[in-house]
Amino acid sequence: MTSYHLDHLQHLETEAIHIMREVAGEFERPALLFSGGKDSICLLRLAEKAFRPSDIPLPFLNVETGHEFPELIEFRDRRAKQLGARLIVRTVDQAIANGTATPGPGEVSRNKLQIPVLLSAIEEFRFDCAIGGARRDEEKARAKERFFSFRDSFGQWDPKNQRPEIWNLYNGRLNPGDNMRVFPLSNWTEMDVWEYIRQEELEVPRIYFSHTRECFRRGGQWLPVPPPHPDPTKADPYAGARPKPTEPRKTMVCRVRTIADMISTGMVESPASTVDDIIGEVAAARVTERGSRADDKASEAAMEDRKKVGYF
Amino acid sequence: MSVLTSPSPATVPSVHAAGAPLPVDILRFNTCGSVDDGKSTLIGRLLYDSKSLMEDQLEALERSADLTGGGAINLANLTDGLRAEREQGITIDVAYRYFATPRRKFIIADTPGHVQYTRNMVTGASNANVSIILVDARLGVIEQSRRHTAIAALLRIPHLVVAVNKMDLVGWSEARFNEIREQFEAFLPRLDIKDVKFIPISALNGDNVVTPSVHTPWYPGPTLLGHLEGVHIGSDWNLNGFRLPVQWVNRPNNPTDAQLHDFRGCSGQIAGGIVRAGQKVLVLPTGIVTTVKEIWTYDGRVPEAFCPQSVTLVLADDIDAGRGSMIVGLDNPAGTGTDLHAKVCWMHSRPLERGKKYFLKHTTSTVQAVVTELVHRLNIETLDPEPAPAALTMNDLGEIRLRVSQPLYYDGYAVNRLTGSFILIEQGTNATVAAGMLLPSHEVVKPESGDFMI
Repeated sequence: MTSYHLDHLQHLETEAIHIMREVAGEFERPALLFSGGKDSICLLRLAEKAFRPSDIPLPFLNVETGHEFPELIEFRDRRAKQLGARLIVRTVDQAIANGTATPGPGEVSRNKLQIPVLLSAIEEFRFDCAIGGARRDEEKARAKERFFSFRDSFGQWDPKNQRPEIWNLYNGRLNPGDNMRVFPLSNWTEMDVWEYIRQEELEVPRIYFSHTRECFRRGGQWLPVPPPHPDPTKADPYAGARPKPTEPRKTMVCRVRTIADMISTGMVESPASTVDDIIGEVAAARVTERGSRADDKASEAAMEDRKKVGYF
Repeated sequence: MSVLTSPSPATVPSVHAAGAPLPVDILRFNTCGSVDDGKSTLIGRLLYDSKSLMEDQLEALERSADLTGGGAINLANLTDGLRAEREQGITIDVAYRYFATPRRKFIIADTPGHVQYTRNMVTGASNANVSIILVDARLGVIEQSRRHTAIAALLRIPHLVVAVNKMDLVGWSEARFNEIREQFEAFLPRLDIKDVKFIPISALNGDNVVTPSVHTPWYPGPTLLGHLEGVHIGSDWNLNGFRLPVQWVNRPNNPTDAQLHDFRGCSGQIAGGIVRAGQKVLVLPTGIVTTVKEIWTYDGRVPEAFCPQSVTLVLADDIDAGRGSMIVGLDNPAGTGTDLHAKVCWMHSRPLERGKKYFLKHTTSTVQAVVTELVHRLNIETLDPEPAPAALTMNDLGEIRLRVSQPLYYDGYAVNRLTGSFILIEQGTNATVAAGMLLPSHEVVKPESGDFMI
């Protein structure tokens, strides 16, 4: 019977394809959150596997903080075009300008400000479902997520009152205004993602590979030095995220392990220049992937608190 | 100034064979026990001793040790993820954990023992290959142990492990271990569970979890991890009767490839059996027999596919088939009917009402359902059925009859988990209120016009 056996990647793949197709079958206006990061790159391949030869029946949605790595944006746009998909981009900058999002005093990170932008994009396009690339192995609060994560009309996640998920039967029923977040990669680990990227020969943004970059030390991490401020007559978008004279600087051979935006992504020193190298690094890693994410270090329950108010 | 002098080209570097061999399969297990049986500690121990914890996780443990543990590392903090849980010291929802050894990848569903959260155990256990029932060696079998075992049996989890924990607190007594085993063996035969393994452990100290204990020379068996690595899960999937619930009709709108102009495929995950190109199949509910022209996948056409692969079938005839349709093989015909007989676990605080309408989701089809009869409720203490209960309330297990608005095409749950299961959804609130396991139908599907009848 060995020929009727799925290895772990095939197993995870068929589970994720099933979920993608359930979304296409059960929702009127689903979208797929595509950032250009490694997890959402896998999502796109799974969408191809689920829906080809048809068009992928979901537009791609991305919320920009305004602090993105340029390589990521370039990759995101190119990949969406290759796939013939509609890419919708909404930005924190626009949201601040029109008052949908308001930064707190001295708030440099725009991670939290993505929440109102995402929610208003969902409202604007009347999306009833958003597929995301979150994985349960990333973080403790994520470990409690369902594949189909129900959100009320405020986008809120209620961890104590989740719908039970039994077998592969997902309850996608919504009342008007309700919303679903769906996570096909729930059971994938960081290692699975890289093994899948290798198996499928998927292109990833080159910042995942080793390169030379100037960084500075803050909060126990090496953060990339932001690009120069182009127009001194306007407010610096990276104000607060530039190295202070007291903060040590270093030009290092490094890469990103996980990508948020420039001001919340710690660079890891690494010579890994191929997917195989990265897989070797992940296998030997002694800190978790999110250990290099400044946004999660805010407090023990940082992710839990953000998810409750609508973070994906 | 930021300098990016990447030597890498803008494409993925060439892919070479990996160093380490890939894990061959995935084993899913869930842990169940009462509050304070040490579930979270056990999972923490498995992760810790199998070196699946990272330094930042250990640091976080050390940070919280000062707050809650009086300085000692509390392995339970690894899994009790939500703030509410840490404050109340309970696990309030199913949490999933992942780790791998060179032999296997593991998915743990950490399911809580609180009586009011039984629905989460059903959630966590429904896809499990193995259920681990934790028992406090001092307390022995309690109602929760019976409940968890009964649920595992009801869900037909193929393998059960009874981990007798806190053996250090009963002086590593072999007699006590055997006593607990006998308590279990007294009721196990009534539950139809085939494979049960008893292991004496101390999750707190790590005995027999990953490394063999020096305190149990009288126990010749494997450690818990050793058992999980070795247990034969084979194929949990049904490979006997072909079933494809159609999820989505694949019809390209603007195909660039002229060959795809008339492409019409039925996409879905095979829920049972094997399908081969050229094979005759029956399309339900139309009842028409046709031939599988192609088995289409993104990676190319394949001559055959099996459960649980996701595929797209192209049929020889243009037959009305959409989401909710089922394509089945001609051998091992599926059962059908509108009067259903099922075991259920009730999962909602509003009790099951006879005569009330629910949505019933079975494979990819959602129909309306009315509960026509409450056959019995299972008494968890005695494991006896109590006939004709007035209601089934939260966490009750029982047997019911339902009538549905359209015929279902299904199998008995004992034969096929995927085509034998359903959920009930409350109309209005959309809450998932029950998990159901179908008993076999007396009637089987047959082609519209044919000689195929049993």
